[in-house]
Formats: sequence, structure tokens, C-alpha cells
Amino acid sequence: MTKSELIQRLAERNPHLYQRDVERIVTTIFEEISAALARGDRVELRGFGAFSVKRRDARQGRNPRTGEQVAVADKAVPFFKTGKQLREKLNVGDGN
Amino acid sequence: MADETITRAQLSEAVYQEVGLSRNESADLLETVLDEIATALAQGESVKISSFGSFSVRSKGQRVGRNPKTGEVVPILPRRVLVFRPSQLLKKRINDGVTKSGSNE
Repeated sequence: MTKSELIQRLAERNPHLYQRDVERIVTTIFEEISAALARGDRVELRGFGAFSVKRRDARQGRNPRTGEQVAVADKAVPFFKTGKQLREKLNVGDGN
Repeated sequence: MADETITRAQLSEAVYQEVGLSRNESADLLETVLDEIATALAQGESVKISSFGSFSVRSKGQRVGRNPKTGEVVPILPRRVLVFRPSQLLKKRINDGVTKSGSNE
């Protein structure tokens, strides 16, 4: 499912809304999450999951092609931890 | 770095500010968005949100684990786990944001 398919499905579930409003809603939600992470904030959505930022120290890396040593600067990476309810939802039914 | 925790309350407030819906309806819509994503994932579908990232479901096979307290061997059943891969744009934004706010280790 892509973002536009998500918008499509939401529009079907909410026939009283204009599609462009549904689009703005979806955009706003992901924009808010991104902005929060860029500020270094955590976003916790109980039952769904939590987004956070993890820091990675600077390290000596290697160019895998040439074997050459390169310095990798410290960086921040976004991280998602699946919420309990969603984790359970992924594993119900088919017994997998 | 601000180190605050954003929850549904702030996200639905943002939706409320952005679109001319009531606070209640904004909160419902946020819930519907999360629900659609969860449902797609539960059906094994992956979810790609451009400029944000993608969620996909990975199946893990059975393996043996150990109860760390007792050392007892327990089988870990096959399961499905969710993986989030942030987009390049989100990664860049987070690094720029964190650097700009002058935080260093």
C-alpha cells in the first residue's frame, strides 16, 4: 500500500470528506512525526508503536569495494519499535 | 535536543489545526489512519509512505531461545515481525535537525 492508496482507502471509509482533506490529514500526520523526530523528540502511539531517534557514534568504516579505511561521522537514525497490540495483530489467525 | 514525547493528542491537534474538522473527528481520523496501516500490515501487505519510510512484515522461522533467568531451553515459535525502513529524506532531515540544534555527544 502506498501513500496514495492509503488516502484512497481512507476516502472510501469517509465519504463525507473531500479527498484533498484526507490527503492533508495523512500528510499532516507524517509531517508532524518527521518534525518531531528532527527535533529529537519521541513519538509514542500506544498500540501501534513508537518512533525515536537513536544516535550512532562516529566509527572507522571501510569502503567495501576498495578496502580503504574511511571515517564515518556520528549520526542520528530514526527507529521504530512495534507496539504490543500491532505485534499481536500481525501474528493472529493463520498461526503463521 | 528537545527530548519530548509526542502522542496521539499532539498529532490529532495538528490535524485539527490543518483541516477544518472538529477535535473529535480529527482524533477519529488519526485512529483510522493507524488502523488502515495496521490492517494492511496484518494482511502481509507492506506500506510505503513516500518521503517518510516503509513498513514491511518479515516472517521469522522457529529458533531455540533460552530463559535468561533459568537457562532453560524454550522454543521460539515462528512469527511475523514489522520492520520500518526510514526514507533517505527522513534520515537526512533527522541528521540536519539534530546537528542544527547543536547537540553533540
